Amino acid sequence: MAYSKKVMDHYENPRNVGSFPSSDINVGSGLVGAPACGDVMKLQIKVNSKGIIEDACFKTYGCGSAIASSSLVTEWIKGKSIKEAESIKNTSIVEELELPPVKIHCSILAEDAIKSAILDYKNKKNRD
Amino acid sequence: MKTPIYLDYAATTPVDFQVAKKMMNYLTIDGMFGNPSSRSHKFGWEAEEIVDIARNQISDLIGADSREIIFTSGATEANNLAIKGIALFHKKKGNHIITSKTEHKSVLDACRYLEGEGFSVTYLTPKNNGIIDLNNLKKHIRKNTILISIMHVNNETGIIQDINSISEICKSRDIFFHVDATQSVGKININIKNSCIDLMSFSAHKLYGPKGIGGLYVRRRPRVRLLASLHGGGHERGMRAGTLPVHQIVGMGEAFELAKNKIKDDFIHLNNLRNDLWNGIKNIEEVYLNSDLKQGAPHILNVSFNYVEGESLIMSLKDLAISSGSACTSSSLEPSYVLRALGIKDELAHSSIRFSIGRFTTKEEIQHTIKLVHQSISKLRELSPLWEMFKSGVDLNSIEWDHN
Repeated sequence: MAYSKKVMDHYENPRNVGSFPSSDINVGSGLVGAPACGDVMKLQIKVNSKGIIEDACFKTYGCGSAIASSSLVTEWIKGKSIKEAESIKNTSIVEELELPPVKIHCSILAEDAIKSAILDYKNKKNRD
Repeated sequence: MKTPIYLDYAATTPVDFQVAKKMMNYLTIDGMFGNPSSRSHKFGWEAEEIVDIARNQISDLIGADSREIIFTSGATEANNLAIKGIALFHKKKGNHIITSKTEHKSVLDACRYLEGEGFSVTYLTPKNNGIIDLNNLKKHIRKNTILISIMHVNNETGIIQDINSISEICKSRDIFFHVDATQSVGKININIKNSCIDLMSFSAHKLYGPKGIGGLYVRRRPRVRLLASLHGGGHERGMRAGTLPVHQIVGMGEAFELAKNKIKDDFIHLNNLRNDLWNGIKNIEEVYLNSDLKQGAPHILNVSFNYVEGESLIMSLKDLAISSGSACTSSSLEPSYVLRALGIKDELAHSSIRFSIGRFTTKEEIQHTIKLVHQSISKLRELSPLWEMFKSGVDLNSIEWDHN
């Protein structure tokens, strides 16, 4: 496994591991992937009244790249507006972590996790 | 204790010091470097003699006649020579081959190649415990079946097949029987004389010998004929041409003799350590044994740790040199085809680790391994959303996963 230092760092010191109560109206939760495929990411965001992502956390079942990708995006989205977070592309994750081609899937999953958490948050707000 | 601790003996073993020392005498101008095919001078005669000695050391371990050993570059070549050699030589007799889904790639890919050449291949699914069902095997035999190829010990799980019973079935139906014994030779007793095996593949580097050398046992009586895959000077009774690599053959001979002398002690050592390892980790919650402590080879322990992915576990256990029976260790993201053939769920196949131990593994190393496994599993489960869901009573099967 020819992983970059950044992947190893995130893998060994994952940032923002944890869970927020999903019942919280200000929390959006995304769960993507499938156990049978070997990757599942749970990403949660806490959004304040100004639409800024105040906090984010994750839990990931998957390979080192999947853990690193989700850890990285929690760092990236904190302090960003929903719109900014929505625009994060998997290619930026690939670039930052220098993921090998066979692991690009993990970056796509992380992008999907952000989108899924944001969608969950918006749905909650709309129901409100 | 040095780290990383090597626990991948099923992949390869270090060359025993005694073996390496002996091999050095067959390389340089000061040693016996001759070509065994040179019949016109002393250099050649010496080399020929030493190859004969090695052939005897090898045949002694498996109870064969030394004239029944064909040297190859390893077990992959031996498997290819056996399967393609039999099929192509005897194709007028029939074009059907039986093997199993849990064979090594070198058997499966040789069979796939033959399918392209007009052969028909049945890939048997073993029972959930990994053993080939003999009745199922019999059911699939056709009038045109010419070859059955079944491995002795599985390289991922260590499961042992009943090759004596299969050889009886083959003998009674006049079908050639090939055994891939790469993981079993020197680990568990095999005596060719007591069975009706026609061809058997093995390798030196799984048994403390050098890489790049292996062999195929080819029965002499009744004579088994093969189509050669390499043509040239008619070496190895015409079945495999090429100058014999004397130093490697000497190493293989020495390693096989050593294995014969140590087989009982090695077995006890491996069996004890493998059981210690399992006993040290079996109490971890949601751990599944994919090997069999009674029906398995002593050196392989394959385990699935539910809700933890295999590759990340291997990364976390960086002080251990282990391999995943599954998943993303190489270019393939697919979970192990062997475990899947045993009916193991994809998620558990993704969570599997193969520990394989050897002659040089120590009790201290196993104790340290147990400690590291406990630590890593706790750490990764803290990170695992599946573990969190499992612990809070969520039925994972009730969830609609979006990447199925």
